[in-house]
Amino acid sequence: MNARAAVLLALFAGALAVAPLVADRYVLSVLTTVLWFAYLGQAWNVMMGFAGLLSLGHALYVGLGAYVSAALFVHFGIGPWLGLWAAMLAAGAAGAFIGVLGFRFGVRGVHFALLTIAFSEVARISFDHMAWFGGSGGLFIPVAADGGDPLNLRGSPTLFYYVILVLALGALALARLLLHSRLGYRWLAIREDPEAAEAVGVDLFTARIAAVVVSAALTALGGVFQAFYFSSLFPEQVFSMGRSIEIILPAIIGGIGTVFGPVLGAVILTPLGEVLAWALEVSGLDLPGLKQLFYGVALVVIVVYRPDGVWPWLARRLGLGAGDR
Amino acid sequence: MGDLLEVHGLTKRFRGLKAVSEVGFAVPQGAIVALIGPNGAGKTTTFNLIAGVFPPDEGEVRLAGRPITGLRPNRICAAGIGRTFQIVRPFAGLTVEQNVVIGALARESRVDAARAQAHAVLERLGLADQAGRMAGSLTLPDRKRLEVARALATRPTLLLLDEVLAGLRPTEVDRMVEVLRDLNRRDGLTILLIEHVMRAVMALSDRVVVLDHGERIAEGTPAEVVADPRVIASYLGSEAF
Repeated sequence: MNARAAVLLALFAGALAVAPLVADRYVLSVLTTVLWFAYLGQAWNVMMGFAGLLSLGHALYVGLGAYVSAALFVHFGIGPWLGLWAAMLAAGAAGAFIGVLGFRFGVRGVHFALLTIAFSEVARISFDHMAWFGGSGGLFIPVAADGGDPLNLRGSPTLFYYVILVLALGALALARLLLHSRLGYRWLAIREDPEAAEAVGVDLFTARIAAVVVSAALTALGGVFQAFYFSSLFPEQVFSMGRSIEIILPAIIGGIGTVFGPVLGAVILTPLGEVLAWALEVSGLDLPGLKQLFYGVALVVIVVYRPDGVWPWLARRLGLGAGDR
Repeated sequence: MGDLLEVHGLTKRFRGLKAVSEVGFAVPQGAIVALIGPNGAGKTTTFNLIAGVFPPDEGEVRLAGRPITGLRPNRICAAGIGRTFQIVRPFAGLTVEQNVVIGALARESRVDAARAQAHAVLERLGLADQAGRMAGSLTLPDRKRLEVARALATRPTLLLLDEVLAGLRPTEVDRMVEVLRDLNRRDGLTILLIEHVMRAVMALSDRVVVLDHGERIAEGTPAEVVADPRVIASYLGSEAF
């Protein structure tokens, strides 16, 4: 990272840090969503962007994180700061299981992606029928009447905003750290050419399992946030295929394999959706599905004109050097 | 000195067809041995069997006396064998430096130290000024050099080179031959190479093993091999050199 990039990053983080002072409730909720998707995109990117493993079922890890932490809190009063470890463990174990199954039996590429979808769907249907997790009727975390209990992640939107800001910046730092570690180099080698990677001493199996476990555990933390931010969980939403797609869009739009791509992608996508909804409403064109249609067109335009993602292009325009640093 | 690599009775069938049949040879410590033969003779298959890409149906491979038959490629690398691919496969989306750092990380856990080693190797191969470039944007000669650099960065005791001279212009061939000879003499690196460029084979190798139709048909010094009637009939006679 050159000096210019460091200054820009500091300005960006600084602006986000003071945002609650000037933003109203609505803007704050949009920013929270942006940061949440930036965080999840970052976590997903560890698998796809770094190690070249396509997961189309990341809602599974979000959901496991959300449900495990929420159920521990609702049933045993175990707060999220403890519950998050159980959540990460559960998701990491699920990721390891899928990884072992896939990599031991040579399930590669799109077929591996199908496997991730399958497990996410199995979770959706299973959680629909597990009473302990609230079943299809939903699991609800009581909202604190007295206005807040930060130790149990109960509080104002501002509290949640800062929590997800710290998570998103933390994930950014971790992604950068990983990318410059021995493991990170091995992931890149596997992404580029598994056979050549193996020839220079990379153990494909353990490196791939590590990627899935790290990505799943990080994603689960985003799930813990979701559970306590929204206070209600429904399997149909939490484990939906649509959610898995939403998670991967920021990284694809921003730039797969880059550290800042998922952040930029989320910064573009969430407001884009909000602006479209607003524009259609004021123009009186609010037909069902029209927003999704425009959203889809916008995505196609971005993917066609910036196939490597917006970040590598923007980084060059801003004179920040290589976009993956 | 003893033999660093010993290959005994190596056999590999693909759908019943014998690609390699009871091939045996040895590479003495510190030597440069060339594996030659017409296309389809089983040279690259032999390489892949040694490097662990697939296990042999029969036979044994030993490195410094230790059996390494059927180990996965990453274990073969750890045992001390570095290789290049006939069709070069650099990590195209990464920089030249990153490519070689990944090689160096095979034996070095600290990234800083691996980077320092990578730079030394790049210097040696004359690629230092290209360190920041994307590997996919290099010219063919540079990609071949990068392939050697990446393998070398794993600090092998034995280097397997699969046609690293093919497609190079004569001046580039001479340059690569110089580098290889230097690695052999100064660093004591043992080299087994598959090569069609006979001028380089004659200049470089201490011994030559000739394969044809998956079988070893001759072995000896370069001078002995080129005088062997069977070799001339099967290989040299059909190709100008």
